[in-house]
Amino acid sequence: MSTELRRVTYGNHGVARLTPAPDKPGPYMGMPKFSKAVKDELNLSVQRKNMRNATTTIRNKRALRVSESPDWDDLRDAAEAIKNRVGRHLDHYLVEAEKNLTANGVHVHWARDGEEANRIVAQIAKDKGADEVVKIKSITSQETDLNEYLEEQGIAAWETDLAELIVQLGHDRPSHIVVPAIHRNRAEVREIFLHEMKNYGRPAPEDISENPPELTNAARLHLREKFLRAKMAVSGGNFVLADTGSLVIVESEGNGRMCLTLPDTLVSIVGIEKVLPTFDDLEVFLKLLPRSATGERMNPYNSVWSGVTDGDGPQEQHVIFLDNGRTDVLADTLGREALRCIRCASCINICPVYERAGGHAYGSVYPGPIGAVLTPQLRGVDHPVDRGLPYACSLCGACNEVCPVKIPFTDILIKLRNKVVESEKSDKIPQDYEIAGEMGLMKTASWAFSDYKHFEAIQVGSRGMGRVLRGKKVGPVPVPVAQRWLKYRDVDAPPSDTFRTWWEKNREEKR
Amino acid sequence: MTTISTDPVARTEILARIRRASTDITNPDPVTDVPVEWKYGTGIEMDDVVGTFVQKVTDYKATVVRVKAADVPKAIVEGLKATGAQRSAVVPVGLDKSWVEAIKGAGIDARADEPQLSKEELNGTDAVVTASAVGIADTGSIVLTHVEDQGRRAITLVPDRHVCVIKASQVVSDVPEAIQIVKPSVHDGHPLTFISGGSATSDIELARVDGVHGPRKLYVIVVDDQ
Ligand code: SF4
Repeated sequence: MSTELRRVTYGNHGVARLTPAPDKPGPYMGMPKFSKAVKDELNLSVQRKNMRNATTTIRNKRALRVSESPDWDDLRDAAEAIKNRVGRHLDHYLVEAEKNLTANGVHVHWARDGEEANRIVAQIAKDKGADEVVKIKSITSQETDLNEYLEEQGIAAWETDLAELIVQLGHDRPSHIVVPAIHRNRAEVREIFLHEMKNYGRPAPEDISENPPELTNAARLHLREKFLRAKMAVSGGNFVLADTGSLVIVESEGNGRMCLTLPDTLVSIVGIEKVLPTFDDLEVFLKLLPRSATGERMNPYNSVWSGVTDGDGPQEQHVIFLDNGRTDVLADTLGREALRCIRCASCINICPVYERAGGHAYGSVYPGPIGAVLTPQLRGVDHPVDRGLPYACSLCGACNEVCPVKIPFTDILIKLRNKVVESEKSDKIPQDYEIAGEMGLMKTASWAFSDYKHFEAIQVGSRGMGRVLRGKKVGPVPVPVAQRWLKYRDVDAPPSDTFRTWWEKNREEKR
Repeated sequence: MTTISTDPVARTEILARIRRASTDITNPDPVTDVPVEWKYGTGIEMDDVVGTFVQKVTDYKATVVRVKAADVPKAIVEGLKATGAQRSAVVPVGLDKSWVEAIKGAGIDARADEPQLSKEELNGTDAVVTASAVGIADTGSIVLTHVEDQGRRAITLVPDRHVCVIKASQVVSDVPEAIQIVKPSVHDGHPLTFISGGSATSDIELARVDGVHGPRKLYVIVVDDQ
């Protein structure tokens, strides 16, 4: 970017920056754990309303499109099997993909962790003399915190997906993997565009309204100047096809096509689990993904490219195969099933906990059910944020039903909770407050159900409590374990009758 | 060319990690280890494939017209005018000559992409006119293989309007059949673009807005050649 276009602004912490900084400093790991974060997020009533509207809309659309597809269950079985085939023979398919990508003129790199991937991207940019890159929405690059790394290296990374632009200009973080700005409404978007676009390029019109088409047009014009001058682009990848050495990106707006086509250099960071065995397998996933993700029969644009094409698109291409914890996930024979995920977000959209808590509460780039099963496996359970994630779930099981690749969320979560409990027990880690509470409750529950007498005793106790509280919510209670648990939960007062006594009484009356 | 090279240690280590993580897997053949019960390449039973295609493309708010082969040049000019392309259109090098003549005849500047137009020139052009490779009825998608009558990827992306001609005989019922048809092109190294309606977003309160970065108007001409 030429010097007059290179504007330095001041981020929230008074530090000179090329791109807008997120409000909360540090990567996701710096965020509070779910049980604390959720308290703050629940207070954002505007956000809660935005979320409820959005998740309801998208759930209904998905259900409609799925109902149009008579072989939906066969498709899910096929997708599950294909992904299992890849997961069980990952070395085989990665080596094959590498061979064919290389034959297509692509430079293939391997990155053990996020830091290594970021370093490779920055090195390529410097080599090309690029001091800015345009980016297609990529959760993988969020996982590695690429934008921040490039910023530190003096390279500006511009997000070009409309939602990612809203998030970036809003000094914010994505809260959803398919619609990252789901927590924002049109009035907020207008504010962000009006105040921030001018700091980083073409300003939004002074008289811009809250009308989505008008806002979208402002984004089109703002980003077009970046597309036309960009020398390098960074993408993720939905699928890598091993037999043809192709990459596939599924998108809606065309910003992906802009990035994949216009710059001279293209770098794609893909998780090692994104490989599919053959080009033919694409038919299954192209039928499953758009319907699951946005409730469309097909999303507006899919790009498939097999390396460098003469006279068409970037003449220098790189693919970075990223591990970053994925091999740890693979090592767990149950947990590895989470590697089938194709990032459609159906599980997130159906999750009642996500709908109320919002995506930021998870402190993970993957929120909702998939975040709860994947992140603690990718990052381990040493950090309180990650230890809390398997508990960010009520085990209602709705996600198990919608997932197009049939990930058994509930089973994995229970296993992960066990793992957390085990790691708490081994004294390596200081006792975690909430989890200890949860453990205590579980112990109480097993004591209660182990013997009929115990159970009755509890019923007597709870009936008493129900009479006192009658219709009120259970507030703070003096029992320490329950107190912690109830801090984050609204629980209806126990009924003043047990079912057993109610039944007996009613039967008496009927006689 | 970039000087940076792959770190062979990273590669060896990741592959070793994978092998360590999958020691429970004893059958080395992926195909027999995990059978896939799915019949690839199968279409959907459909009474009217072309009619369904037209309806599904229309659902995306694109305009679709059906014409006889002889009327294609006229339909292209109408498509350009209807979408507001008054001045100029990019034409791929292999586009049917009679189509190009018709565009010129209507007083619209037909810009051949040879030598290649610059990004700025594309940005300053009203529309693009192309043929296509396959149509998919179930999803209302058009697939481009970017051969000579469809042009390189950038020309169907940067201008704001896309007038696209597809023969009725190119329309199949569903994605799997389309995948089989374009497979040879992929093996020849051609990129693919699937287009389903115009560029669209649902990022602001999930309200669908047509047109963010790609062509905001898609005009499809279905040629009844059967
Ligand atoms: S886990 Fe399943 S439902 Fe959730 S995002 Fe991944 S593929 Fe979609």
